[in-house]
Amino acid sequence: MTKKFVLGIYDDEDVLLHAIENIRAAGTKIYDVFSPYPVHGIDDVLGIKRSRLPIVAFFCGLFGTSFALWMQIWMLGFDWPMIIGGKPHIALPSFIPVTFELTVLCAAFGMVITFFIVTSLRPSFKVPVFDKRSTDDKFVMAIEINEGVTDMAALNDLLRSNGAIEVNQKEVIK
Amino acid sequence: MQHVSPIREPLVTGGKTYHDITEDVCRQVEARPNIRWATALAVALVGLAIFIYSCYRTLWYGIGEWGLNKTVGWAWDITNFVWWVGIGHAGTLISAILLLFRQKWRTSINRAAEAMTIFAVICAAMFPVLHMGRPWLAYWVLPLPNTFGSLWVNFNSPLLWDVFAISTYFSVSLVFWYIGLIPDFATIRDRATGPIARRAYALLSFNWTGSAKAWSRYETVSLILAGLATPLVLSVHTIVSFDFATSVIPGWHTTIFPPYFVAGAIFSGFAMVLTLMIITRKLFKLEDYITLEHVESMNKVIILTGSIVGVAYITEFFIAWYSQVEYEQYAFINRATGPYWWAYWSMMTCNVITPQLFWFRGIRRSLTATFIISIFVNIGMWFERFVIIVTSLHRDYLPSSWVMFSPTWIDIGVYVGTMGLFSTLFLLFCKFFPVVNMAEVKSILKSSSAVKPNTHAHMHGTAKDSNKH
Repeated sequence: MTKKFVLGIYDDEDVLLHAIENIRAAGTKIYDVFSPYPVHGIDDVLGIKRSRLPIVAFFCGLFGTSFALWMQIWMLGFDWPMIIGGKPHIALPSFIPVTFELTVLCAAFGMVITFFIVTSLRPSFKVPVFDKRSTDDKFVMAIEINEGVTDMAALNDLLRSNGAIEVNQKEVIK
Repeated sequence: MQHVSPIREPLVTGGKTYHDITEDVCRQVEARPNIRWATALAVALVGLAIFIYSCYRTLWYGIGEWGLNKTVGWAWDITNFVWWVGIGHAGTLISAILLLFRQKWRTSINRAAEAMTIFAVICAAMFPVLHMGRPWLAYWVLPLPNTFGSLWVNFNSPLLWDVFAISTYFSVSLVFWYIGLIPDFATIRDRATGPIARRAYALLSFNWTGSAKAWSRYETVSLILAGLATPLVLSVHTIVSFDFATSVIPGWHTTIFPPYFVAGAIFSGFAMVLTLMIITRKLFKLEDYITLEHVESMNKVIILTGSIVGVAYITEFFIAWYSQVEYEQYAFINRATGPYWWAYWSMMTCNVITPQLFWFRGIRRSLTATFIISIFVNIGMWFERFVIIVTSLHRDYLPSSWVMFSPTWIDIGVYVGTMGLFSTLFLLFCKFFPVVNMAEVKSILKSSSAVKPNTHAHMHGTAKDSNKH
């Protein structure tokens, strides 16, 4: 299926932020915005909700803590108890370093793997960008054109009057 | 809209635009390798060859190829291990702790510093693995189910804590570094002209498009990773210091070790970042991104951590005397006046006296002086580890076992060889990966550059922002 997009190209982050506000206020739905670096404040104006990745990290970390403690207590306390340096079998202070490291390891990897999955980051030969300049110096706002929309001129004016330096159309095969 | 602070110096000079940053950083990735890079790589490969030969000798003939003896069972190997791990710390410190502290000057140097971390940890890991003598059995350090009975690793041992600490540190640093690289790989992918480069960087960039939602998550991930990496940095060298501090050897069994090792690690790490950055900025013409302001900021960290290390040396000495333990007292007197006095005083000169020169603004901002002092600090920190390890071991409780340690050529070869390994990896990184984090530098351009990035101004709707600055 082919989808049509109108792309507004901006070259300044502040202009872009105000353009997003005005265009959303005018009732036009923005498909996505592409930028070469994270624009601060764009989450609020675009209505992007706060990421829940910290929660993922917390629970992965909790898993790491419990797993590490269980592993050490079971291995040295129950499966093969050995007295080392006169310490008790379950010598909790000795287990802290490994527990800490596994907590960090699980939290970091759990969160990063989730991030790759939810953001659909995967290696691919196909280049999916709308406008190649969006990874260089331009900010690209994409607006999806539904079937039956004819008033392209009005959209063009809306983007231009809000500071777009260029307005392009692009068809994408999805 | 653009506010030039009267107090803070710009972090990006030369009136760069966003596009200039892309051009400047991508240049060395896209251009053919120049002669300076090729020469440097050739030298590094010689070092790598020395490393491979020394490893071959160590593994084929055994650890007897090293100068270790019954009394000094750990010498250059653990010295080099702790030294390399310490060097690694600056990278994570710059990318994690300074990110949490919102230090904008980290953006130009964090990429290369993190690369340094990864490569330094690889070099560090070589020493314990080689010291095993049979590295193909290295998996024995992991708590894996096995057929030796239900025999598990000893979780009471600081050496095992090291295994977990170093491997976690390495993998988290690697992930942190790679996530930072993804947007920049996308930039190179979109600029690539040849099909091989385009496909290679397309693979490396993991389909990155720079959409607002992705950036939002990306920033969350960076922040949480920084929050996780910060205690990790402190824990790693703390745990490395436990290798010594939990033992009963005079000169090792000290409670000051964890913070003192962490400070020393950051101290040597920053010195190595400076050594590398001063060369890199010159080689790749990055003077506008790695400015004197950056060098000065790093030198301030060096004064701080150098002073902490100095205070720690004096505290150790004081406490040894104050403890009234004669073995402890002897260990420290022996360090300063015994047969290894030269190592002790090299350490004191390089680590305590030379960094104090950075109190002078002129020296702090002089590239030549900084370069020389950074080398001194690296040497001094190597001696610090040598002094701690060898002087404590060579004379402990039993005078009949007192000996001296002298390295063999293989000892020296492995150490010099790891420098070759490090340089090879770093040079390959410089050629194929962007050395400066383009996305992050672009994000500070508006607030911290010498002039406004995009010269044609849209003045409407910006009143709100001008109040913000």
